[in-house]
Amino acid sequence: MRDAGIRTVPARAAASAAALETAALQAAPRGLTRIALIGNPNSGKTSLFNQLTGLNQKVGNFPGVTVDRKTGISQLTAQHRAEIIDLPGTYSLYPKSLDEKVITDLLYDKTSGQYPDFVVVTADASNLRRNLLLFTQLADLGLPLVLALNMMDVAAQHGINIDLEALQEELGVPVIPMNARKGIGVAALKIVMAQQLDAATTTFYEPDEALVPMLRQIRYYFNLHNDYLALHYAHQFRHISFLTADNRAYIAELVTKYNFEATPRQAQETIDRYARINELLLNVVSVTRTEKAEPYSNRLDRVLTHKVWGYLIFLAVLFLLFQAVFSWASYPMELIDTGVAWINGLIQSNFNGPLISLLTEGVLAGLGGVLIFIPQIALLFAFIAVLEETGYMARVTFMMDRIMRKFGLNGKSVVPLISGMACAVPAIMSARTIENRKDRMITIFVTPLMSCSARIPVYTVLIGLVVPDQPVLGIFNLRGVALMGLYLLGFVSAVGSAWVLKLFMKTKERSYFIMEFPVYRWPRWKNVVLTIVEKVKAFVFQAGKVIIAISVILWVLASYGPGNSLEQAEQRVRANTAQLNETEVETRVASEKLETSYAGRFGHLIEPAIRPLGFDWKIGISLLTSFAAREVFVGTMSTIYSVGQDANELTVQQKLAAEKGPDGQPFFTPARAGSLLVFYVFAMQCMSTLATTYRETKGWTWPLLQLVYMTGLAYLASLLVYQVLS
Amino acid sequence: MSVRPTSAKAIAAPRSVKDLHLGETGTICCLKDPEMALKLLEMGCIPGTQVRLNSRAPLGCPITLVVGEAADYTLSLRVSEAATIMLKE
Repeated sequence: MRDAGIRTVPARAAASAAALETAALQAAPRGLTRIALIGNPNSGKTSLFNQLTGLNQKVGNFPGVTVDRKTGISQLTAQHRAEIIDLPGTYSLYPKSLDEKVITDLLYDKTSGQYPDFVVVTADASNLRRNLLLFTQLADLGLPLVLALNMMDVAAQHGINIDLEALQEELGVPVIPMNARKGIGVAALKIVMAQQLDAATTTFYEPDEALVPMLRQIRYYFNLHNDYLALHYAHQFRHISFLTADNRAYIAELVTKYNFEATPRQAQETIDRYARINELLLNVVSVTRTEKAEPYSNRLDRVLTHKVWGYLIFLAVLFLLFQAVFSWASYPMELIDTGVAWINGLIQSNFNGPLISLLTEGVLAGLGGVLIFIPQIALLFAFIAVLEETGYMARVTFMMDRIMRKFGLNGKSVVPLISGMACAVPAIMSARTIENRKDRMITIFVTPLMSCSARIPVYTVLIGLVVPDQPVLGIFNLRGVALMGLYLLGFVSAVGSAWVLKLFMKTKERSYFIMEFPVYRWPRWKNVVLTIVEKVKAFVFQAGKVIIAISVILWVLASYGPGNSLEQAEQRVRANTAQLNETEVETRVASEKLETSYAGRFGHLIEPAIRPLGFDWKIGISLLTSFAAREVFVGTMSTIYSVGQDANELTVQQKLAAEKGPDGQPFFTPARAGSLLVFYVFAMQCMSTLATTYRETKGWTWPLLQLVYMTGLAYLASLLVYQVLS
Repeated sequence: MSVRPTSAKAIAAPRSVKDLHLGETGTICCLKDPEMALKLLEMGCIPGTQVRLNSRAPLGCPITLVVGEAADYTLSLRVSEAATIMLKE
């Protein structure tokens, strides 16, 4: 899948193509120039990527790691197309987080098929000195470079004048002034990108003389093209994913032999580079006026990070987000629901047979379960994208860090926890920005405890069943309060679990909170839209595959039983219900069949274990089917409890309310419903989440811990609720 | 590792960025903590650079610093991290 984009684009070897074109073809045998986009965070890299590629983007994975690999095709000139790789933002080539490690993995191996033909470095012109640090490192690695000098307008506002010719002279590479937000300079950049570029010739830093013997050994052993690359191997051999254990042992030996200390060397290199950059900028940058007026960002911050207003505004933003995800999203969701049901009905009324029922009850039902979440996911990510684009998210992490740290989390954990209220799958993926491993693991571990949108249908049905619809304190509704309570329970358990985990996890790694505080900006709507498209696509294709597969498996389990037991069940029902009307017989047959099926047998099998929680075998089946997606619970309950008069006219809630226990009383007492609700708050019943945790933590330890811990917690909590209430 | 030898030995208690008052400006002399130093250096906290304490989070931590004299940008960091950035007197 990773290379699909490359293969589908025809090689452009047109006879009219210039000589450069042929040269580029040689460099990239597949016929596309491969260009990597690298730059500091907040240097406008994403805007530039979107300007260059538009909707021609695809997200895959980097080999071996789970970091998204965003690539796109850009039409540079009439004849020339290039593949653009968008790399995570970074301040230097010494990676501090998983995201950043992707860059070094890509740039260290010249022989890999992924190695870029050249690199476009984005730099914030209003902050040139710090942005050039990364540039000089890339230049010293011997890569062909172009400097996209972004945010020229901001620099001009600050009174910073940049002598572009002098800068180009000093850096030895093409420098293109740009304003990527407005698309200014993109055409010029494309023209330069279409050329065959040579590697940068200016060096900015020479490794210490004393290190040269060691570096040369590494360089010749791995057949590297310069000493500086060898230095990077010495610094980071433990983290370079493509090195074998033998390779690592070889470097480890050399490093010990020459007494090579990585951290102080990296610090000294950084200082030396800054000295060199300061020197070269003397002739390039002049500041005509320094801004004395207080920036508008600061004035805004005085309100938005105020000790009272700040938190109130954050709560209001959260409220708006909930409103969007739970209320506004319901209209398109209904539309999708009826749409899928309509297609289902159309197929069922025209065709018949086991394959058709596999298609409608298995595949289409599963597909519907995936599609229905698109509005919520789109809205959630629209919100998060806007909050990040404007710079507000940085303020939220800033305000929450102190509080979150008490619980073993991090200010940056706020984003995954909030996203977890929509869906844990993208939420867990968003934990990547947390550099510290311990903080990240704890965040991933507790995120599924936040009540996700798939629990909403379960909550709504069960609350409606046992909580009376009456006002509380005049303004609230008792059912609303109960729903709020369940969300709160989820949040409290997430934070509490984090705190417990903090006590058990030991780490040598330090937790950082050093980050750039961006100025407030208007969101770039193009970026927001592209984020939504990207996230929805990822959800549909990654989580969707799992959900549909499980739906099909569950359909098989619920439709077949050992031997011909299902036919026997049908005959039994038909013999006993001759006096009833046709639809009534049908529902009884369906219910009897389900009980006899593999799923039904499973329900009976686990009944002894769940009886102390107040559950019977029917709920047992629902718990099993919930593993595909929690909201399947409602559908399953609806099928199982279809026995009764005028079944078709009853809603799920009425069916459940009509269910009688052995004593003749309603089966769903407040104790039973409460126990079931609490079970759904805590239990890990989501294959997609487990699969995501597996991908993100690169092992089965964390997902299995999550499964055992959350399900155990659910069991104990349900037991407590049922035993106390009944 | 001290990136530069401490010149403020004579003074009893050398000040760090943590001790700045709101709005006060100081000049970075050196970075105390080797692990933190690299990250701080990469983010532009180089010895000799001016920093101004810009704001504190509602609960006192983290804080924001404005780095540099002309081309300002803002960093946010925890008080414990700020305590590793020593100031020139």
